Amino acid sequence: MSIEVRNVSKRFGSFQALDDVSLDVDGGALTALLGPSGSGKSTLLRIIAGLEWPDSGEIHLAGEDATPLTTQQRGVGFVFQHYAAFKHMSVRENIAFGLKIRKRPKDEVRSRVDELLDLVQLQGFGDRYPAQLSGGQRQRMALARALAPEPKVLLLDEPFGALDARVRAELRVWLRRLHDETHTTTVFVTHDQEEAMDVADSVVVMNKGRVEQVAGPRELYDAPANEFVMSFVGQATRIDDAWVRPHDFELVLVPNGSTREAQVERVVHLGFEVRAELVRDDGETLAVQLTRDQAAQLELERGQIVYVRPTHQTTF
Amino acid sequence: MIVLLPIAALVWASQKDGLHQFWSVATSPEAIAALKLTLGASVVVSLVSAFFGTITAWVLVRDEFRGKSIVNAVIDLPFALPTIVASLTLLALYGPQSPLGIDISLTRKAIVLALLFVTLPFVVRTVQPVLLELDLEAEEAARSLGASELRVFRSIVLPNILPGILSGVALAFARAVGEIGALVLIAGNVPFKTEVASVFVFLHIQGGDQAGASAVAVVMLVISFALLLAIGGLRFLATRHERA
Repeated sequence: MSIEVRNVSKRFGSFQALDDVSLDVDGGALTALLGPSGSGKSTLLRIIAGLEWPDSGEIHLAGEDATPLTTQQRGVGFVFQHYAAFKHMSVRENIAFGLKIRKRPKDEVRSRVDELLDLVQLQGFGDRYPAQLSGGQRQRMALARALAPEPKVLLLDEPFGALDARVRAELRVWLRRLHDETHTTTVFVTHDQEEAMDVADSVVVMNKGRVEQVAGPRELYDAPANEFVMSFVGQATRIDDAWVRPHDFELVLVPNGSTREAQVERVVHLGFEVRAELVRDDGETLAVQLTRDQAAQLELERGQIVYVRPTHQTTF
Repeated sequence: MIVLLPIAALVWASQKDGLHQFWSVATSPEAIAALKLTLGASVVVSLVSAFFGTITAWVLVRDEFRGKSIVNAVIDLPFALPTIVASLTLLALYGPQSPLGIDISLTRKAIVLALLFVTLPFVVRTVQPVLLELDLEAEEAARSLGASELRVFRSIVLPNILPGILSGVALAFARAVGEIGALVLIAGNVPFKTEVASVFVFLHIQGGDQAGASAVAVVMLVISFALLLAIGGLRFLATRHERA
């Protein structure tokens, strides 16, 4: 089911959360809303879900105007950052909630819940209470609960934000696989650009209540639409009027006319790559990324003088 | 020691004249009428204060209105007021010289009203903190799954605040059973009509009938204890998931 956001604005007191936002999400797509905190990404997601009302603008779901519909009528699945578990209900009862509201026959509810417990790998946890689950398990339960009534759209608000790094990485892969199996139109909010690029087909970059760019992960990195996207998605150093990615520097030990002198401030060995912080003669700090071999050849160490030249730069 | 010793002394005093005597006093028509009235009024008052106390707590937590902090402070007034003063206030307001033209003194209505006045804060104050801690996102999750507002309240909110309501009800009930100060002036203590058990005990002690007073006191004790136990049991069931 496609989602269409038309000229939506929303203000909380004096804070402009969304400023005339328009966006198209194709049916079956997996889309990330990416931005720093306060960029309006969660507000946009909540407005699509009907949990928040826009001051102006329209929301269309599957081509139909859904703006006046309540969240109950929209039939979307929503997953919250902090799980929003029904603490007094068992895992089974949590997952069955949406089905019971729809008055589905008991047998059907039971088999659907079993199916979902399988899907989210919580077999054997059905009779536990949410308090007895780990964060990752609770979020999987919340996902199963949202998926139970077979929503046409699945919306996730920072779904992995409260989890530790390892579980987060696991659930990312799992969400991607789930989407490949069900092809439910999915939109998730994140402030983690790596997460957005890792999971989503299409990334919507937001800043200060506006959409800065909508693109696939690769295009976003290679062809950012403006300085905000350039600096927010991946690292970049601003040199004069141009932006340079850390891996787009050439370092040599002998000056050759186009290079400039810099001193090594810090060298960080990250295993498969080496990062260096250089301070140029004019005081500008550069973040540089090298392969292990390059770093070994240069015998890079703190305090050393090197000569640096950008091999690729972007100007706006 | 502090609790059990006086109770033991009370039980001892009640059967000084023998079990037979105990039984005949405790089942005398006047005693039974007083006990029935006390329990009946206490149950009604507990239920009414459960209902209105929850609504009051809800409004104080979820709604924004001018003067909210004043209302919030005034809720505790019945706690702060000596109960005899409360009785006097109620008598002035609803007695024979009522400025409102409502005279309910010497009626059972007056008993219920006076008890409501002194017990309402209990449920408000036990439900309020629970409501404040409720996970609003769980309610949103229920709505997004299609639950109506009524269903959200019944299936999500109520089960979570029920332990708080029950605690408040238990406190309100205990207070209502034992209340004497708020009642003496406005209820009038007419035997078989408006004489509650606590007043019955008081009057019999004054009349020198310690055994009779103790007998009714012990019956009150047993019934109160049983009811509090029952409420505790309900509360235990309602908080099952917290111990799992």
